[in-house]
Amino acid sequence: MSQQIDYFAIAPPLALAVTAALVLLLDAFLPHRPRTRTALGLVTLAGVLVSLGFVVAQATAGRTLGTFCVPPALAGTGGPAPCTYVVDGFTLVLAGLVLASAVVIVLMSMAELAGGGIPAGEWHFLLLCTLVGAVTLPASRDLVMLVVALELVSLPVFALTALKRYDGRASEAAVKLFVVSVVSTAVMLFGVSLLYGMTGTVHLSGLAAQAQAVAGTPVVTVGVVLVVAGFGFKIAAVPFHAWAADVYQGAPVPVAALLSVVSKASGFAGLILVLATALPGQAGTWGPVVAILSALTMTAGNLLALRQRSAVRLLAWSSVAQSGYVLAPLAVTGTIGAREAVGASVAYLVIYAAMNLGAFAVVLLVARTAGRNELDDYRGLAFRGPAAGIALAFCLVCLAGLPPGLAGLFAKVFVFRAIVEGGLGWLALVMAVNTVIGLYYYALWAARLFTPAAARTPVAFRAAPALWPAMGLAVAVAIVFSLAPQLVLDLTGL
Amino acid sequence: MTGTGWLLVALLAVPLLGALGLVVLPRVLRPVLRAYGLVLSGVTLALAALLVVMFDYGRPASPQFELDVPWIPGLGLRLHLGIDGISLPLVALTALLTFLCFGYLSWGRARAGEFLSARPRALVFTLLVLEVGMIGTFLALDLLLFFVFFEIVLVPMYFLIGIWGGEGRRAASIKFILYTLLGSVVMLLGLLLVWAQTGTLDIEALAAAHGSGMARSVQILAFVAIGIGLAVKTPMWPLHTWLPDAHTEAPTTGSVLLAGVLLKMGTYGFARIAIPVLPEGALAVAPWLGAFAVVGIVYGALACLAQRDLKRMIAYSSVGHMGFVLLGFATLTPTGINGALFANVAHGLITGLLFFLAGAIKDRYHTVDMTALGGGLLATLPRLGSVLTFAAIASLGLPGLAGFWGEMLALLGAFQPADGLPRGLFLTYMVIGGLGAVLTAAYFLVMLSRVTHGRPPPLPAERLTATVAHRDVRTYELLAWTPLVALILLFGLWPGLLLALTTPAVHTLLGALP
Repeated sequence: MSQQIDYFAIAPPLALAVTAALVLLLDAFLPHRPRTRTALGLVTLAGVLVSLGFVVAQATAGRTLGTFCVPPALAGTGGPAPCTYVVDGFTLVLAGLVLASAVVIVLMSMAELAGGGIPAGEWHFLLLCTLVGAVTLPASRDLVMLVVALELVSLPVFALTALKRYDGRASEAAVKLFVVSVVSTAVMLFGVSLLYGMTGTVHLSGLAAQAQAVAGTPVVTVGVVLVVAGFGFKIAAVPFHAWAADVYQGAPVPVAALLSVVSKASGFAGLILVLATALPGQAGTWGPVVAILSALTMTAGNLLALRQRSAVRLLAWSSVAQSGYVLAPLAVTGTIGAREAVGASVAYLVIYAAMNLGAFAVVLLVARTAGRNELDDYRGLAFRGPAAGIALAFCLVCLAGLPPGLAGLFAKVFVFRAIVEGGLGWLALVMAVNTVIGLYYYALWAARLFTPAAARTPVAFRAAPALWPAMGLAVAVAIVFSLAPQLVLDLTGL
Repeated sequence: MTGTGWLLVALLAVPLLGALGLVVLPRVLRPVLRAYGLVLSGVTLALAALLVVMFDYGRPASPQFELDVPWIPGLGLRLHLGIDGISLPLVALTALLTFLCFGYLSWGRARAGEFLSARPRALVFTLLVLEVGMIGTFLALDLLLFFVFFEIVLVPMYFLIGIWGGEGRRAASIKFILYTLLGSVVMLLGLLLVWAQTGTLDIEALAAAHGSGMARSVQILAFVAIGIGLAVKTPMWPLHTWLPDAHTEAPTTGSVLLAGVLLKMGTYGFARIAIPVLPEGALAVAPWLGAFAVVGIVYGALACLAQRDLKRMIAYSSVGHMGFVLLGFATLTPTGINGALFANVAHGLITGLLFFLAGAIKDRYHTVDMTALGGGLLATLPRLGSVLTFAAIASLGLPGLAGFWGEMLALLGAFQPADGLPRGLFLTYMVIGGLGAVLTAAYFLVMLSRVTHGRPPPLPAERLTATVAHRDVRTYELLAWTPLVALILLFGLWPGLLLALTTPAVHTLLGALP
């Protein structure tokens, strides 16, 4: 009996995979000229847009699609057959988030690659592979698929990080990322195997049913904690956060943006699937763990960000802190229900993606003129390049969560509301204190943009045509979210 | 929505669109920049005046010109604007002071060539955004909307101090923003607590409920959290330490708006949110609030006595005056709160004028150090000296001028506080507050004796620029100051004008108290 495959359901990752193969072929057969680099970038961009088009089409179709299901003959009686690949609201939001971010990241890559020195074909191929994983992951509904998709997200990123050849920092970053990632995968696989061993199923829906029976046994608890730890590495949650700054700094800026948005979104997608979909009954076990992780993550991220002088390192630690905010609502899943908790988390993630990508786009712009990319290089940016300066200021204000960056404020309000409703007052307090710490370094950076530069001669920006649309897109989305945050809520009202 | 809701929207839209216009069409507007800000703030002032005329004085207790449309249904957040007897004077004050600031800048400094030359476009933009935030705060009838406007004000004020300020501007601006942000986050937590407990963000509905549905402990917690946020902005002793630096370093317009409007946002929050929404919390915390208030009064006065810098002295005097306002609120009586609201507006007018004068003195002497100024201002610059004397006497609370009524009523309220408050304690507060009023008179008189009276010192030539003798009060200064002087006289001689507006509103907001 052959499997029926719903090709419409898997169209988004399929389109990306086909584009990846195409890019590799084109790279092999087209002459190596600067124009080829641009062409490859455009092909990649087209692939991402086609994939995004499929996601939109799936969303307008408006029904839950499932494929790679257990045949009814084997599924036994009662309930629908469990599927491995499911396209529902959650999948669509995260796939859309990943692909929309990918548009910005591809544009940033084109700007980065324009300088030469990095092989364009490999770069775009690896980037597309990562995206295949990132789009597949939120649709995965069994543990094996989840792990495979997560590895597909991670593995190409090592290579992307190291692609800047003969660069000591980049190589170091790649090795660090590799070691950390492999360890985390091993830890997670161990947890997965324990869960499988106790429940006898890998499908998340089956796990949800079976786990009730074995709830509270130490083995299940250990399994849950190990899986959480494994994902903790991916989202750079404390105590698995130490790699973030070095890797972000060593990697090319678009890769850092990829790590901070796409990779992180994938990690959260996996975490949410495992915790809220597969193990909702165990919320008593993992809820407090997630709450403590969240509090530690936001605190550590913010405290470490305070003393940074390098822009990318600061963004690295700030993104660690933001991970803590995304984690926070998950801690109250048990009390307020998965729908609301996950909704708050994903809403924060969506808004975070827009504002963080905007910041990274400007950082890339400055990186082209100031090699070390320290905060002092941003002095007077608002006067040298008003568009870039104001865009960065807006993104930073958003990240801080202040008006006029209303997107960030509302994102924080969603999270606050979820935690307060869930009765975790102490976490709300920790988050409030952290918000203030965050304000300090974001405000100082934003203030630098408006202080006249020291006697240094202002360097004109070398035009990077692809960078302006990248920046414009991210900032425009952040502005739209500021004016109409209801959009995000509608998207994530799962 | 009633048919007149557009008026409030226009009040916010005019400066906002004006600010956006500066971003969109910088080249076109560059030559007319001076008139641009003046015209926009003038239109805003005209709209505010229209509001004052059209306001239904028969029912000042209920919000008028209401606009109520959903903004973020998912959060229950609505774009709910309205104006009542408490907010009307403050909106008018804001529009007036902003207009006067623009007038001061565009007529005066253009000739001096000093102020509008440093990033004029950014300055006009900043002031317009500031105006949006300030007016919005007074119009908002939704907790989160209030918070958004409350916060929007910080950013332009930060830049106003940080870019156009004096020598220590960086430290002062960072201190200002960190202090107020810290308070704001605590306030946000309090607002969210109220929201989590009652399920609504609508201030009107919350005020009508008079705190029902919230346990006493929750009310106390929420009152303390919201109160801290508001107290930082007010500022209340001991959270005032950002104020002297910010005032001293800010440019004249910044100081005027900071003292005239921004501080009012804190006290307005007490009248609009903290007391009506959380009556039981207010009752429990009021004695503490009163205690901090009287400490502030005495502390402010003593600190003023020790100052040599004129601007710094006026800044500290704000701490004392705000102490009276807070004491009025703490009594929880109609008399006290009326006094507080009156003192609020009066302080905006008087201190706004004082900072204008300090700016004028700084322009002429390039210092505001009182010993360096010497004395004899009345002899060298008789008109400036007399206006300064007038403002100082108004500020110290001479009967017949605006400064008197608010503080008198606040003290009177403390004489007979609301039932449930310890009367003995409040009598003590009243006595200490009265002592503070005497000290206030003392430091202003000391200031006058040092600056305006006496024999003018033989100043070195470079300090007194050759033409300074001819530069007594100039036309643009006169135009900027006359409305303030007139209003100080008007409210001093006819306090009923303002009290008639606030009294019914105060009775409504105190509805639930015994």
